[in-house]
Amino acid sequence: MVRHPLSLTAMAVVLLAMPVVSHAAAGKQTPNAPGEETAVAADAASGTSPATSEAADADTPAAETAQGSTEHAEAAHGEYEMDHLNWSFNGIFGAYDRASLQRGFQIYKEVCSACHSMTRLSYRNLSALGYNDGEVKAIAASVTVSDGPNDEGEMFDRPGRPSDHFKSPFPNVQAAKAGNGGAYPPDLSLIAKARHGGADYIHAILTGYSEPPAGKELMSGQYWNRAMHGNIIAMPPPLTDGRVAYSDNSPQTLEQYSRDVSQFLTWAAEPHMEERKRIGIKAFLFMLVLTGVLFGVKKKIWADQH
Amino acid sequence: MSAGPREPFENPVIEWFDSRLPIFTMMQKEYGVFPTPKNFNYFWSFGGIAMTMLILMIVTGIFLAMNYTPQENMAFDSVEHIMRDVNYGWMLRYLHMNGASFFFIAVYTHIFRGMYYGSYKKPRELLWILGVIIFLLMMATAFMGYTLPWSQMGGWAATVITNLFSAIPFVGDSIVTLLLGGFAVGNPTLNRFFALHYLLPFVIVGIVFVHVWALHVTGSNNPLGIDVKGPQDTLAFSPYYTAKDMFGLAVFMLAYIAVTFFAPNMLAHPDHYIQYNALQTPAHIVPEWYFLPFYAMLRGITFGFNLYILAGIGIIGAALWPVYTKGKALKDPLLGMTIIPAVTDFGQYSKKFFTMLAIAGVVFMLGYFSQTMGLPLPFSKWVLLDSKLGGVIAMFGSIAILFVMPWLDSHPVRSARFRPQFKVAVLAMTASVAILGYIGAQTADAMLFGVIQWVYIGQILTGYYFAFFVIILPWLSVTEKASPMPNSINEAVLQENARKAGAR
Ligand code: HEC
Ligand code: HEM
Repeated sequence: MVRHPLSLTAMAVVLLAMPVVSHAAAGKQTPNAPGEETAVAADAASGTSPATSEAADADTPAAETAQGSTEHAEAAHGEYEMDHLNWSFNGIFGAYDRASLQRGFQIYKEVCSACHSMTRLSYRNLSALGYNDGEVKAIAASVTVSDGPNDEGEMFDRPGRPSDHFKSPFPNVQAAKAGNGGAYPPDLSLIAKARHGGADYIHAILTGYSEPPAGKELMSGQYWNRAMHGNIIAMPPPLTDGRVAYSDNSPQTLEQYSRDVSQFLTWAAEPHMEERKRIGIKAFLFMLVLTGVLFGVKKKIWADQH
Repeated sequence: MSAGPREPFENPVIEWFDSRLPIFTMMQKEYGVFPTPKNFNYFWSFGGIAMTMLILMIVTGIFLAMNYTPQENMAFDSVEHIMRDVNYGWMLRYLHMNGASFFFIAVYTHIFRGMYYGSYKKPRELLWILGVIIFLLMMATAFMGYTLPWSQMGGWAATVITNLFSAIPFVGDSIVTLLLGGFAVGNPTLNRFFALHYLLPFVIVGIVFVHVWALHVTGSNNPLGIDVKGPQDTLAFSPYYTAKDMFGLAVFMLAYIAVTFFAPNMLAHPDHYIQYNALQTPAHIVPEWYFLPFYAMLRGITFGFNLYILAGIGIIGAALWPVYTKGKALKDPLLGMTIIPAVTDFGQYSKKFFTMLAIAGVVFMLGYFSQTMGLPLPFSKWVLLDSKLGGVIAMFGSIAILFVMPWLDSHPVRSARFRPQFKVAVLAMTASVAILGYIGAQTADAMLFGVIQWVYIGQILTGYYFAFFVIILPWLSVTEKASPMPNSINEAVLQENARKAGAR
């Protein structure tokens, strides 16, 4: 007895509209939204690098989101919109592209891992990229990890095992900063979820370098990047055409590199995405059938009331 | 629960049990044959939906707690451990995270239903009050849960919200220290928030039980808002409403599943995936979407309450005196002098009433402009209530006022269907809350079409929200003429069926 179909419509509207509206609203004030002025502009506005003004013992990459300068933000009024690429993992049937993931891991290993840790991953997780056990063991064994203490009370070095976490390039945050001119290269395990835009954003950063526009002076250790909030980043352009030698015949271009590593970092942040969507589809279809059945039951039970 | 007369059951096992503890009799009475108005629409499914979400939150929460570590250096990592290494941990976490949002969707809809169809009115006032208590406890639970992953957004939201209490005169700072277990958000905060986050849902269960108990004493309201007159107006709860509610629940679950599995972070903020750092304030601290309307009210009070503003409010109070008291005069208790004369005819009073409101409005606006734009008025700098405390009062007051809603609206007709003016007013109030939610997510200086700051719109909508409860509801209670109503639920249902059959 749907006496008032209006209430059903209202229910659907409330269900979908309420969070979506506020979400849309929330999206409007993203830290990375181009042309956005931030509250914490003061120290960066003095012209210091966003990185050097980072608080003393920051151990999270939050600094970057909190910094920017009115000056830089104004420059960003050129309204840079990051491209929304057609990733293989988009959509409810989307899945990761194994070949791309492996190439992306190669980029991380050969380039990014010089500065960025990924401590939430273990080598064993790499089997999800399509590597077999032997390959995973070999990858793990290619690093030397410090272990111990042994029975004599000594620390010792040994080759990595699949159960080890990815080895970090620096022993601690301070060393990482010291090695990067005062800027902390954030751990990349979760970076795809910790930035608006995810893979699109990482791709935009990696391909977003250029000479600064006329009139913009950069200090040493600063680089111009249209995708970075405030346009100034302390990471030197990590990728250039031909820098990494692929073993398949994918193009060895900046564009391809950044797509592959962005895909890899998305997987790293959300390793269970494929399983999640698979289960989601099953659960949704099951629920859909159940809903249909329940509708039939309800109609039947209410038949004597109409 | 009573030990009243009992019909024996045929099944000997059930009979053995029931004659010793009449649970089956109770279930039969409360959920089986329980007479329920026959004209419910799907808005009536949301109570059951909310109950389902509550159970779901508790179940997922307990499994999360088995793998979660409430320690400041380990909490974030333990949540990531749940996401990556615990079997189906990602599913538990996403179900719990989005479950909170869907719980609020269900409860907001449930509250709207209560308002629109006048379910808060006599004899259901206590039922309504219990509901508001549940709502408050849910907010507290969700707020504390949001800090548990120890993320930038969670930790800073905790900082901002707990700091609000410091606006309370004299005891404010002590309250903040008590809430935080220190002078800033830290490990003691996390520990007590976890303990309370584990406890409060079970308190909610207890109150839900009493809420339903009270419901089963008064019986349900219905879309017509008229009382049940006899058995021809009702149906047995089972199978009719069990079937209908199951279908409604299934539709709701479809939406919940879709969001949880296909867009689990749709409602999350990227800063929720960065570990909390006490030294780094995020550029924008935004609460979860379900708090945004109240957050907008908090931020909307950008002005202190000076003598003009308070005088404006006082004049409104005077104009409303006869409305609140149903026409009684206000006499000075010492001299016996009449200050506000008795009102016998509110139709005639209306002219005076609106004149006073207009005067109050002008006085209020003078005070407002002297506060915000520096309009030079004598004594306008004397502020009795600063903007911070004003904002906190607005925020908590917006919920507290729900407690007295049954007395603010004393109109004899319940359903908005037969109250054309109330209908417009309540829908406008709902829209205001939705727009306030949008405003709550904006930066402080965000503009609408580049012409007007959202803050001002927020102030107008906040004003309307309170006016709806304090002015419009009482005024309509004494003046609004209801449109013609059917004689009984049954009559209305038969008419509707005939109309449908004719249309077919
Ligand atoms: C020479 C060291 C170095 C290398 C190599 C390097 N990075 Fe960085 N990266 C940094 C530093 C330093 C920062 C912090 C920048 C800042 O705060 O301005 C950073 C920041 C980032 C950010 C965060 C930007 C933001 O929004 O805050 C991302 C994403 C990133 N790097 C990705 C990569 C990827 C992918 C690679 C490999 C292709 C890579 N980096 C290689 C040093 C490096
Ligand atoms: C009224 C019901 C409840 C509500 C509204 C609620 C709400 C929330 C919210 C909003 C979060 C943050 C989610 C996130 O961002 O990750 C959370 C986290 C958490 N909740 Fe609850 N919760 C409820 C019941 C419970 C119960 C009963 C338990 C345990 C017995 C529990 C245990 C946890 C744990 C361990 C976390 C941290 C892990 C995580 O973040 O996923 N919750 N809760």
